[in-house]
Amino acid sequence: MDADLLSRIQFALTASFHFIYPPLSMGLGLMMVVIGIIYVRTKDPKWREMSFFWVKVYGLIFALGVATGVVQEFEFGTNWAEYSRFVGNVFGSLLAAEGVFAFFLEGGFLGLMLFGGNRLGPRMWLFATFMVVFGAHFSALWIIMANSWMQTPAGYTVAMTPLPARAVMTDFWQTVFTPSFIPRLLHVLVASWTVGSALLLSVGAWYLLKKRHVDVAKSMVALALPFFVVFSIANVTLSGADQAQEVAANQPIKLASMEGLWETTSCAPAYVVGWVNVDARTTTGIAIPCLLSFLVHFDPNATIAGLDAAGAAPIPPVNLVFQVYHAMVGLGFVFIPIGLLAALLFLWRRRLYATRWMLWILVVTVFGAVGAITAGWWTAEIGRQPWIVYNVLETAKAGSPVVSGVDVLFSLIMFIALYVILFALFLYLLNAKIQSGPEPLETVETTAESALPDTFRDVFRRRGRAGR
Amino acid sequence: MNLSDIWFLLFIVIVAGYLVLDGFDMGVGILHLPLARSDGERRVFLNSIGPVWDGNEVWLILAGGVLFAAFPLVYASLFSGFYLAMMLVLLVMILRTVAIEFRSKRPSGRWRTGWDTVFALSSGGLALLLGVAFGNVLKGVTLGPDGNIRMSLIDLLGPIPLLVGVTTVAMFAMHGSIFLSMKTEGVLEARVKSWMPRLMVVFFVLNTLLVAALAVFHPSITDRYAQDPWLVVFPAAALAAILAAWYLLRAGRAFWAFVASAAMIALLLVSAAVGIFPNLLVSTVSDANNLTIYNAASADNTLTVMLVIALIGMPFVLLYTAGVYYFFRGKTVVEPTGY
Ligand code: HDD
Ligand code: HEM
Ligand code: HEM
Repeated sequence: MDADLLSRIQFALTASFHFIYPPLSMGLGLMMVVIGIIYVRTKDPKWREMSFFWVKVYGLIFALGVATGVVQEFEFGTNWAEYSRFVGNVFGSLLAAEGVFAFFLEGGFLGLMLFGGNRLGPRMWLFATFMVVFGAHFSALWIIMANSWMQTPAGYTVAMTPLPARAVMTDFWQTVFTPSFIPRLLHVLVASWTVGSALLLSVGAWYLLKKRHVDVAKSMVALALPFFVVFSIANVTLSGADQAQEVAANQPIKLASMEGLWETTSCAPAYVVGWVNVDARTTTGIAIPCLLSFLVHFDPNATIAGLDAAGAAPIPPVNLVFQVYHAMVGLGFVFIPIGLLAALLFLWRRRLYATRWMLWILVVTVFGAVGAITAGWWTAEIGRQPWIVYNVLETAKAGSPVVSGVDVLFSLIMFIALYVILFALFLYLLNAKIQSGPEPLETVETTAESALPDTFRDVFRRRGRAGR
Repeated sequence: MNLSDIWFLLFIVIVAGYLVLDGFDMGVGILHLPLARSDGERRVFLNSIGPVWDGNEVWLILAGGVLFAAFPLVYASLFSGFYLAMMLVLLVMILRTVAIEFRSKRPSGRWRTGWDTVFALSSGGLALLLGVAFGNVLKGVTLGPDGNIRMSLIDLLGPIPLLVGVTTVAMFAMHGSIFLSMKTEGVLEARVKSWMPRLMVVFFVLNTLLVAALAVFHPSITDRYAQDPWLVVFPAAALAAILAAWYLLRAGRAFWAFVASAAMIALLLVSAAVGIFPNLLVSTVSDANNLTIYNAASADNTLTVMLVIALIGMPFVLLYTAGVYYFFRGKTVVEPTGY
């Protein structure tokens, strides 16, 4: 058994599975902050019910995010030892910074958020929620920074002494602001927010279809819809286009693989759907002429480097990159009409609430959004092959020399079994939570709010040990 | 003191933070089945660590991150060399996280007992595995000239590492019981308190055995103490701390007993670290292969940047950790929003 191949499969599996949850944390978190703000402003108990409901869902998502995230942190050392030796100086510090700055923030305030509903006044609880969500975003910031350094390394030199060879940081700010960092961060954030708003729409639409919790459901849909519309448009027009330009500038071979462009040409086409034949070096499908040139340079006659520019050097698995990239883009383009149509129906005397086919579409959209994110990561990661650190270190030389194929086979089977079970349980519990829905406040034991500490001063002075 | 020394010190501080904090919640897990018998009692146990366990676990993640950044050669050698053991660590950590989180999500009795068992076994398993791994680091590993460790899972299960593992389980159980005595009330509190002395004695006996075994079979660790006798203050202080914990418990001052037990854990770690300093990984093949805090460290530039990051970040970490513990101080009450 080939340890290298199995390690790649294992990393792809565990990372893809992990990255189902952080976008939900970020996106749902953003929505929860908005819900919290509305409640603090209006004091309408409906929004408090909604917060209590989503907090429980958030706890579930978060638990899976943490459980699978720990795997990621250790996998660099276990499966990619040569990589770790090479990049520890640079990449390791960014990862450690994520721990210091982000994970403690989330971990600390999560307790307050999950357990604080009946112990903190609305404003303090909102503050705790905000800090958790802020932490989740901060975490994304550092990890994208680390990943962007692998994609477009900068601010380092390769030192040969003492052996082994390693990348040594020469300029901290350059390693932080690598050319791809800001566009990628923006794109990931907008994508995550899309997922969050889609989740609210999905659950709200489901309740409307089932005629349950109708009041809360209407508010949920009305709240999430504008966000969804804005984010899904931003995905394509702002951050998606920006991403493509960034890749064109820094990783031309990846861009050529994404569009199956074999020859360097001006007026390069972009495909709507297509199939790449790697042996014959052809790409067939429905193409829009000159669109790629236009998207990348805002000039239909601009020249785009094709895969021929790689010469004899190895190239990524082009068809796979092409397909996952088009899956993401296709989904991205589908979200816009969904959002706009739903918005029209909503504006047209709230017909949306009774239009069943539209509600069904909204129910499933969230799965598409999660799928688009996974497809996007596959584009980014597979498109940079054969490099693990772009143009510096090859993936094939980055593994752990002492780890055998059998070892990785064992762990891979373990992860597959474990993750299948976890995912099934996750869906089961999520579904159970959604089925039972938000509980009306009378049935939840809630302490009179006025008695709860609602400023920093209350929290640390007045609270005392009363009521224990 | 140069940057490598500073980072070694900080690394020890972070690991100590992990052992002290996640140690007590692993202890709660170990005691979960024998001590908490009804559903209500188990919810008290879970809710006592509920708001803090995730933050506690971050100390381990941070320790991993700091090892990666400050001593990348050790991170790579250790994690790939202990591959299967590390995978087991990940397995129990995942199970433990989801057990805590899923357990109270369904009313069914079988569902809950099932996850209670997973929680208890994974807590004990994690303590055992971490202890065994640490035991191997103490006794040395087969580090070759290429910086790689070639040991199978069976090779890792020597008698000394196993003894360290079992001692760790006992230590966390004891530490956890002291924590629980602050968090429980009534019958449950009485039960916890009746177990505390037994757990302390078990730990004390095991630990004494361990020290004796190390002195006999791995004199390199004790050699260091022979060279610099003043270093004996660390193990001596650890001994004093455990005696103080015993005394404070009898005096009914659980909080201070907890502090003493925490201090003891940290001092034991320091005593061990002193024994292998300046090595991080000792090679049983040849001393020339040892990975020390000097030859395995990152370049100064990285270490400086990291120091700045730590100086900015750690005060915040301590601030909100302390804040959360302070907010949830006192006896645990089970609430509808909890586990
Ligand atoms: C809801 C999710 C979503 C949607 C609708 C889109 N993307 Fe995306 N995309 C992501 C979610 C995502 C992502 C998961 O966030 C990625 C993976 C890596 C990254 O940095 O962002 C990504 C990567 C990614 C990359 C590769 C970046 C790299 O290799 O560094 C490109 C070129 C694009 N995207 C471009 C687009 C375009 C032109 C879209 C317009 C339709 C689009 N994306 C929609
Ligand atoms: C979370 C979303 C991510 C997903 C879904 C993902 C997906 C993948 C996939 C599919 C591969 C296999 C590529 C191949 O060998 O053909 C891979 C490899 C890898 N990725 Fe990612 N990745 C993600 C994020 C990250 C991040 C944030 C980092 C670094 C901080 C990272 C580091 C790596 C490494 C080290 C490998 C193994 C070496 C390689 O094959 O290039 N990944 N990932
Ligand atoms: C783009 C890719 C990634 C992003 C945006 C991201 C973001 C996050 C977020 C927001 C969380 C908090 C848990 C949650 O909210 O569900 C989390 C958890 C975690 N992630 Fe990732 N992650 C990514 C990939 C990775 C990778 C490649 C690693 C490995 C270094 C990693 C390590 C972790 C760890 C250790 C945790 C648990 C933290 C805790 O205990 O609070 N993540 N990640």
